[in-house]
Amino acid sequence: MNPEMKTIKILGTGCPKCKQTEAVVKEALAQSGQQAEIIKVEDIQKIMEYNVMSTPAVVVDEVVKIKGRVPSISDILAVIA
Amino acid sequence: MFDWLQNLADWLVHGIFGLGESSRMGIALNFFLYDTIKILILLMLITTLMGLVNAYFPVERLRDFLNRRKLYGLENLFASFFGAITPFCSCSSVPLFIGFVQGGIPLGVTFSFLITSPLVNEIALAMFVGLFGLKFTLIYALSGILLGTVGGMILGRMNLEKYLSEWVQNLIKAKTKGSSDYQAENISFTQRLQLVFKEAWGIVKSILIYVVIGIGIGAAMHRYVPENFFQQYLGSGQWWTVPLAVILAVPLYSNAAGIIPVIQVLVAKGVPIGTAIAFMMATIGLSIPEGTLLKKVMTSRLIGIYFGVVTLFIIISGFIFNLLL
Repeated sequence: MNPEMKTIKILGTGCPKCKQTEAVVKEALAQSGQQAEIIKVEDIQKIMEYNVMSTPAVVVDEVVKIKGRVPSISDILAVIA
Repeated sequence: MFDWLQNLADWLVHGIFGLGESSRMGIALNFFLYDTIKILILLMLITTLMGLVNAYFPVERLRDFLNRRKLYGLENLFASFFGAITPFCSCSSVPLFIGFVQGGIPLGVTFSFLITSPLVNEIALAMFVGLFGLKFTLIYALSGILLGTVGGMILGRMNLEKYLSEWVQNLIKAKTKGSSDYQAENISFTQRLQLVFKEAWGIVKSILIYVVIGIGIGAAMHRYVPENFFQQYLGSGQWWTVPLAVILAVPLYSNAAGIIPVIQVLVAKGVPIGTAIAFMMATIGLSIPEGTLLKKVMTSRLIGIYFGVVTLFIIISGFIFNLLL
């Protein structure tokens, strides 16, 4: 596995906003040409391990970067740079 | 405040569409256009405002406030108030619930937040301002906050911790705060406003169709249901209308956007205001899908107790409103 590759987790219980977030992350990755592993975390117990109280949230390499709103593509580009 | 909008509606209906000022179609269309546009403006305004509040006072900060300060027994009131000012989304109520109890907030205080959060939400408030006026909106919001405060206090006295799901009980015992490696976002106010505005538009867009349908049905009922129709059957003397309305409303899962314009017409045609408020509180504040979500964190028994207590208080508020208003 490429050590440079980031792991992006999308935390959310499956609401429409979480699906939008996933689409935005994919689009941002495609635009930047970066490779990353995308993991969707839908289990509430696992979500709570990140101490996140408002979903959707985006976690890059185990650090919560965005939470409580659907990010824009430029938001994602900024946090994966 | 909305005079210009009435002029615009008049101009569109009579000038552009060429419908006469006394034609039935003209009056109905005028009414429909005016209401729809007014409510859309209010929805955008209030949703944006709530979004800004939420951006600067995220729930994490509210939780810390509840946790750190000595509030001299006012915790429930504060939690209920915070529930009112945070934007509500049914899919975030479970993470919020866990976040609160995990952070050491007592269960009763958490319930205060949980009761008020859907009950007093930005969409309902915007619709109320547009259809019932400011005074009514304030009465509704204040009684919603009061209901959350008292409901949470009572639930807090009942020692219900043992009815939470096991993993939640373990979380409380462990007092693990989880890893909170959260980096604050540095965004300027204008950028923030843009984001919030975009999100507000997303929310408004998603309920637009219900607003239009609701106002459409309202407009049609205005025309066809005779004046004081409901007064004959549901006049204020009939005490049972309140519990009946509430029991009908709890399983009815309708969003505020669609139901409020219809209720407004019912009130205009003679349904007592307390009965109408109780009906709306039960529709907006309690829903089966919310109960299903909560099953992840609490036993059915606790959900039953929670819904039962809130239902009871909604019925009591309905009686009080019928007496006072």
